[in-house]
Amino acid sequence: MESAKYVSQKISKTRWRPVSYSSLQQPDIFVTGSWDNEENKVSVWSIGNLGSSGLEDGFEGDPQLICEQKHDGDVLDLQFLDQERIVTVSSTGAVTIFRQDQNSQTMSICKHWARAHRYPSDNAPSTGVACNSPEIVTVGEDGRIIVFRADQEGVVRVIENADSSTLHAVTYLRTTEVLTVNSIGQLKLWDLRQQSNSPSQILSLSRDRVPLYCVDRHPNQQHIVATGGQDGMLCVWDVRQGNMPFSLMEAHSAEMWEVHFHPTNPDHLFTCSEDGSLLHWETSSPSEMPSFLQGGRNSNMTSRSAMAPAGGNQSIISAWLHGDSSKSRLETTHMLPSQTLSVNSLDVLGQCLVCGTDGEAIFVNRQVPV
Amino acid sequence: MEEVDVEPTVTNIPEIRHGKHMGFAWGPGDILVYETHFKPSGYTLSGPGGSFIHKVRKDEDINSPILRKLFNESHHIFVGLQTINDDLPSKSKRPQFVSISRNYRSVIRACMEELQQVAVSTRDTEKGTQYGNQVSILLAIELIWNLCEVLFIDAAPAGSLLLHLLDWVRLHKADVDEKAKDVLQSDSPAEHHNYWDVVVSYVLQGRLEEARQMLVKQATLQPASRNMYKLMDSLLSKMPFYNPGGTQTLTEFDVKWRNWHEEVDRYLKDNTFASNRHLELICKILVGDEDTLLEQKELLSTWYHFLVTRLLYSHPTVKPTDLHYYAQSCLTMFLDSRSVQEPLDSILLAAFEFDIYLVIKDCSIVLNNWWFVAHLTDLLDHCKLLQSHNLNFGSNMREFLLLEYASGLFTHHSLWQCAVDYFDHCPELGRACLELQIERVPLDTERKALKVLRICEERQMSEQVRSICKIMAMRALRNNRLGSALSWSIRAKDAAFATLISERFLQDYCAKGTFSDLDLIDNLGPAMLLSDRLTFLGKYREFHKLYGEKRFKEAAKLLLSLMTAKIAPRSFWMTLLTDALPLLEQKEVIFSADQTYELMYCLEELTSSLDTAASGGERPMQEEDVEQTKVELLRLSLARNLAMAIVKEGTVET
Repeated sequence: MESAKYVSQKISKTRWRPVSYSSLQQPDIFVTGSWDNEENKVSVWSIGNLGSSGLEDGFEGDPQLICEQKHDGDVLDLQFLDQERIVTVSSTGAVTIFRQDQNSQTMSICKHWARAHRYPSDNAPSTGVACNSPEIVTVGEDGRIIVFRADQEGVVRVIENADSSTLHAVTYLRTTEVLTVNSIGQLKLWDLRQQSNSPSQILSLSRDRVPLYCVDRHPNQQHIVATGGQDGMLCVWDVRQGNMPFSLMEAHSAEMWEVHFHPTNPDHLFTCSEDGSLLHWETSSPSEMPSFLQGGRNSNMTSRSAMAPAGGNQSIISAWLHGDSSKSRLETTHMLPSQTLSVNSLDVLGQCLVCGTDGEAIFVNRQVPV
Repeated sequence: MEEVDVEPTVTNIPEIRHGKHMGFAWGPGDILVYETHFKPSGYTLSGPGGSFIHKVRKDEDINSPILRKLFNESHHIFVGLQTINDDLPSKSKRPQFVSISRNYRSVIRACMEELQQVAVSTRDTEKGTQYGNQVSILLAIELIWNLCEVLFIDAAPAGSLLLHLLDWVRLHKADVDEKAKDVLQSDSPAEHHNYWDVVVSYVLQGRLEEARQMLVKQATLQPASRNMYKLMDSLLSKMPFYNPGGTQTLTEFDVKWRNWHEEVDRYLKDNTFASNRHLELICKILVGDEDTLLEQKELLSTWYHFLVTRLLYSHPTVKPTDLHYYAQSCLTMFLDSRSVQEPLDSILLAAFEFDIYLVIKDCSIVLNNWWFVAHLTDLLDHCKLLQSHNLNFGSNMREFLLLEYASGLFTHHSLWQCAVDYFDHCPELGRACLELQIERVPLDTERKALKVLRICEERQMSEQVRSICKIMAMRALRNNRLGSALSWSIRAKDAAFATLISERFLQDYCAKGTFSDLDLIDNLGPAMLLSDRLTFLGKYREFHKLYGEKRFKEAAKLLLSLMTAKIAPRSFWMTLLTDALPLLEQKEVIFSADQTYELMYCLEELTSSLDTAASGGERPMQEEDVEQTKVELLRLSLARNLAMAIVKEGTVET
């Protein structure tokens, strides 16, 4: 990991700007959101060599600030809608779309839904957002799920009382299905085509009600989901089978704030936590078959199908579902030097990883071994 | 009362009218000031008189975005320092302490450089001077810190002491390098107007190798005095420097140095360089001639540079204990009677006198933030240099300063998280301070509450955990989020509050006939045992579930046990008995004879208590009628069920 870049604001979220999959390009732009500041900001950073010739050998400087924009309230979640637009959700309950003009290097607000999440007489913080352009789904402390469209003014749909406790995160499982995690240890599956206001499936951690704070879906096999929560354990679930997690692995000594599968090499997974650590997990399959034949790397179309039969073709069953059994090898590495304050967010794309901390620092790693 | 060390500075509060009295309240970082109605004649004190409350702050640095980096980065170093094992012999720890000291200094330097850049690039002149001031403060801080590192932390012995002091002066008098760059980049360096300044400055700093390289340029221009230059070159190259890692002893070095010194002195007395005033000047410096050195005030610029140069050419084996003598005399010689001694001078002098306490005290008075003294004192304390000193207030000095610094950080909206680690490492009062402050962190989101909770839970601050959970539970309750409120009170293990919320759930059920927040109630698990009412809520919901699944036998057993085990509140018994009605009316017998007796007993107990309550006569007639009908119905069903059960049980037995 490269040295810390101190940025004078606590970082709540970091996200790489997506790169087109056809090119072999590495990401060079990322966005951060701050929290707990008198004036919070959404900032765009570049790790490319601005202005200097591309021939310079091996020299990679600090991330450089390209532009920033004031953000009302803490940035509680942030996602790229597409290459240019960024969606944030705020502690004020607002949902905002920012547009970052790549030529003029400026940023502006292009859509704003104030108090989207709210109580009758107070603001309710919005905690998570998932995007599937042009659709946007947000969740909040008010237990609501709200669906927006970037091209429409109003709200498309609200699921009132989707949860009696706080919803902490949301992710798309398929184009019409989202998954939420809540503070009593449940995963709820919502089919947005259904008009009913109840989930199509509830999975729950155990009777211990450990709050869950983050969720990520396997990039190729949509039925595999990883979550993390208050006890710092990493859970891998198969949403097709049973209501219990497939495997539970000890990871952090405090809240796990984010979990991410590597988008193109899902045998690798990354987690970060309140305990100040960032972990790199690497699993290898029990069979002798190299992992690239197992439906990981080359996002082949067969494994993209959501109808993959349970326990059918061995080669497309992810190594993650072997969990902590002795048959598979699971290695974890710490990616940060000793750190005391929380690592709130991470994002990984290609060989690049970025994370942000409560120590008001950003760390970038351009050589993630994946 | 102790004497004041310096006259306090006066801050005028605008908008407080002349002649009015002010009231104030202390905060950890700020003072609140307001106008009062106080009249000198009478003693009638009353509340605030003006419509403004003013916030007075001594420490502005905490709000500087650049200095924030200093606070964040040094926090990391501080935490690392605290983990160094106390049990190790101090000898093996010293290199670690020195490297930590260097880390602190490099953070100061980085911060200073950034401030310098901003100061230059800003167009706002007021801001520019503000940044400029901060730069000069950081410069002074780094200068003091570096000297303390050499004298106290590294505690260099005679011989290497001077080498360290030379490094110290070179680092803080770096304008020579700027000048040298100018000279070297010009077309003919030897004719540059700063040429001799650079050469002499090099000599004054003992950078003889560089001085020789410069001199070569001049020598080639003056073939006539070639021999003179050659001689000077050999003198400079021969000057012995002590090598702490080498085999040479200090005495051997001293003999060698004296020989060299005598040689230079001889050349001077022979007037060898008399024809070239520049070379003669250098020669005079090399013999350590005080008057010549004092003539170079411009180039030396400070008394401590003068001190180090004087030591270099007169007393290279100076002992730490003799330093203060030379320092004092250099200061007196260097400052003429007109110029006043600045605070920085007295701080450095105190350091040369090895008076650590005076250094810290003077720094505390002069500097407007606690960062420097807190971190330096902590480091010196780890080096076991401060043990005997106790204050007559609070704890020891280290802890006192750390607490001041941390309290200041805690008032900051963002840096409060860093402050926690500082409190942790104040064994005596740190915890108490943290307890007081942590409860006052504003909690805007659950995310923030979770972070604060984690801090409290890791330190077993159960009182604060309860208080935070209660705040969150109350907020959820106010917003009608019963599920959230219950989750928070379960986390706090707050039985009373859990009871209150369970009541609300039950009321809702009675009013609407359905449960809200089923996802939560169905998943209470062991948390159900927190309060009786919560247990009842969970069990009662379980009964409904069993009933819904048509597992009547189990449902009936559960229902009965809710009453007999006194889990259900008496006020809810009628509802429970009414719930039993459909079970009693099933075709097959569900309640056994024994169970029916128990149900009847429950009913009787309830009605007898109802009768006593009704004798008060407050109940409206209609409601009483409804109750009465219910009771009649129940009695009938119970009797019928009993009959059926007896028959059935009799049949099975035979």
